Amino acid sequence: MSFNLTSAFTIYRAELLRFLRTAFGSLVSPVLTTCLYFIVFGAAIGGRMNEVGGVPYGAFIVPGLLLLTMLSESTSNASFGIYMPRFTGSIYELLSAPVGVAETLFGYVGAAVTKSLILAAIILLTATLFVDFHIAHPVAAFFFILLVASAFSLLGFILGLWADGFEKLQMVPLLLLTPLTFLGGTFYSIDMLAEPWRTVALFNPIVYLVSGLRWTFYGQADVSIAVATGLTLLFLTICIVIIGTIFQTGWRLRE
Amino acid sequence: MKSAGLAPKQSFVDTILDIRGLSKTYPGRGNAPPVTALDNVDLQIRKGEIFALLGPNGAGKTTLIGAVCGMVRPTGGSVSAFGHDMAKDWRRMRSRIGLVPQELSVDIFEKVHRSVAYSRGLFGKPADPARIEEVLRTLSLWDKRDSQLRALSGGMKRRVLIAKALAHDPDLLFLDEPTAGVDVELRRDMWQTIGRLREQGVTVILTTHYIEEAEEMADRVGVISKGRILLVDDKHEMMKRLGRTEASFTLAAPLDSLPAALADYPVTLEEGGRSIVFRGGDGSGLGKKQVAEIARILVNGGIEFDGIDQHESSLEDIFVRLVDEKGAKAA
Repeated sequence: MSFNLTSAFTIYRAELLRFLRTAFGSLVSPVLTTCLYFIVFGAAIGGRMNEVGGVPYGAFIVPGLLLLTMLSESTSNASFGIYMPRFTGSIYELLSAPVGVAETLFGYVGAAVTKSLILAAIILLTATLFVDFHIAHPVAAFFFILLVASAFSLLGFILGLWADGFEKLQMVPLLLLTPLTFLGGTFYSIDMLAEPWRTVALFNPIVYLVSGLRWTFYGQADVSIAVATGLTLLFLTICIVIIGTIFQTGWRLRE
Repeated sequence: MKSAGLAPKQSFVDTILDIRGLSKTYPGRGNAPPVTALDNVDLQIRKGEIFALLGPNGAGKTTLIGAVCGMVRPTGGSVSAFGHDMAKDWRRMRSRIGLVPQELSVDIFEKVHRSVAYSRGLFGKPADPARIEEVLRTLSLWDKRDSQLRALSGGMKRRVLIAKALAHDPDLLFLDEPTAGVDVELRRDMWQTIGRLREQGVTVILTTHYIEEAEEMADRVGVISKGRILLVDDKHEMMKRLGRTEASFTLAAPLDSLPAALADYPVTLEEGGRSIVFRGGDGSGLGKKQVAEIARILVNGGIEFDGIDQHESSLEDIFVRLVDEKGAKAA
């Protein structure tokens, strides 16, 4: 399979430039929301909460809050990236170019992942203003964040291909990801839940993401880091297979 | 009518686009029957020519372009360009084809020069600011290079679409209704641009339902209706073969019958004997010659007439007749 690097970087660059055009809104809104969470749950309430697993509550919620924003932003950025050309009709250019699924994914999903990483860095810097924390496994944390950003950007790309209106674009991040993230141990350890809710919580895939990232931060988690990484990789692979099939069949892309 | 710098016919030696048995059927929605947009289309395009694909709305022109350029998945047939088969070697094939779509489909927040440079990169060509400048200047867009596309008029946006299609230096350019909705001045401007492209060696396929456009620019014309190619021919050959002359002599005094000297001419007596109408010729000039002969016969016969109203059939007349006749047969 051939890969045209120039085409791929062209899409990637154009997507990043589009992000820069709206950088203020794209960054300020999620950072402000995260600041509010830190103020309420970290500084105001956190001081009155017990430590969780030996980690102060304000620091405990950092990985979860990071994911809360990243999952939503990765999905939204990638879905808008591919949906907008479909909406305006300018997708004709991509379809008529000598560009395959690999270049398209590199461009659109790569740009969405980059945006998420920038956002993650800003949120972590912001968090240091409110709570004291240090990352136990920074390299593992980086790769885990990269993995999660990639997986959810791929999910967003699928959403952008599936959606036939702006309402559907918002549906999954707002109605699925945000509730699942809230219930996925962002603000608590699932060990704090009574049965059967603890077992029920294990069916929430976000639990594994939050838990995995929390392990990279503090060396402890509700579930094994290997399981969390494995499931995220599986999710990423499924998304790639779905996108490959979409491009092969032309569903939602070609008449 | 002037032709935009016609190249000698013998230069059209190579077939660069070969379409065989191309079909596209859309499944019917609900209980509706399937819709055949392209029905076993065969078409060969020669290097260096301007080919006009004529057809009424819904004839299949845009679907045909879409099938070649990758927006439409054909349900049958084959397409190859520059010797590259679309099914196996689509990357090489597409890298040499440019497309200007009918709709003004652009990212309206993007700036002109970035949008054009993006198109070049998308086709895998390395950045070349000098080439982008050349394209923008050719299309009178250089002054607008830093403008967002939303600030441009419809005509300017269409030029940007052409610039985007030319940015990767295609050898074959598809123009889908290039002058739809643009004013007369811009249309003339566009025709000149297309003429210049051909001079640079770009093969151009344009779809249009403005017959005047095909008459002005095309070397060959194809007529498509209901997904079928009805006719493909050299424009002049087509007009010669299918063209007609119509002339009406308004008589000073009505006649009861046609003069015997006109018996060998395709004429009729109309309007209560007040006019003699000639309908004949073959588009090669025979009609004009016969009209002159009829005028002499009338003068020599002492039959006075006040005027002659003569009309050579245009490509439009031929097109309408073809679509009506062959379309009716196909139905």
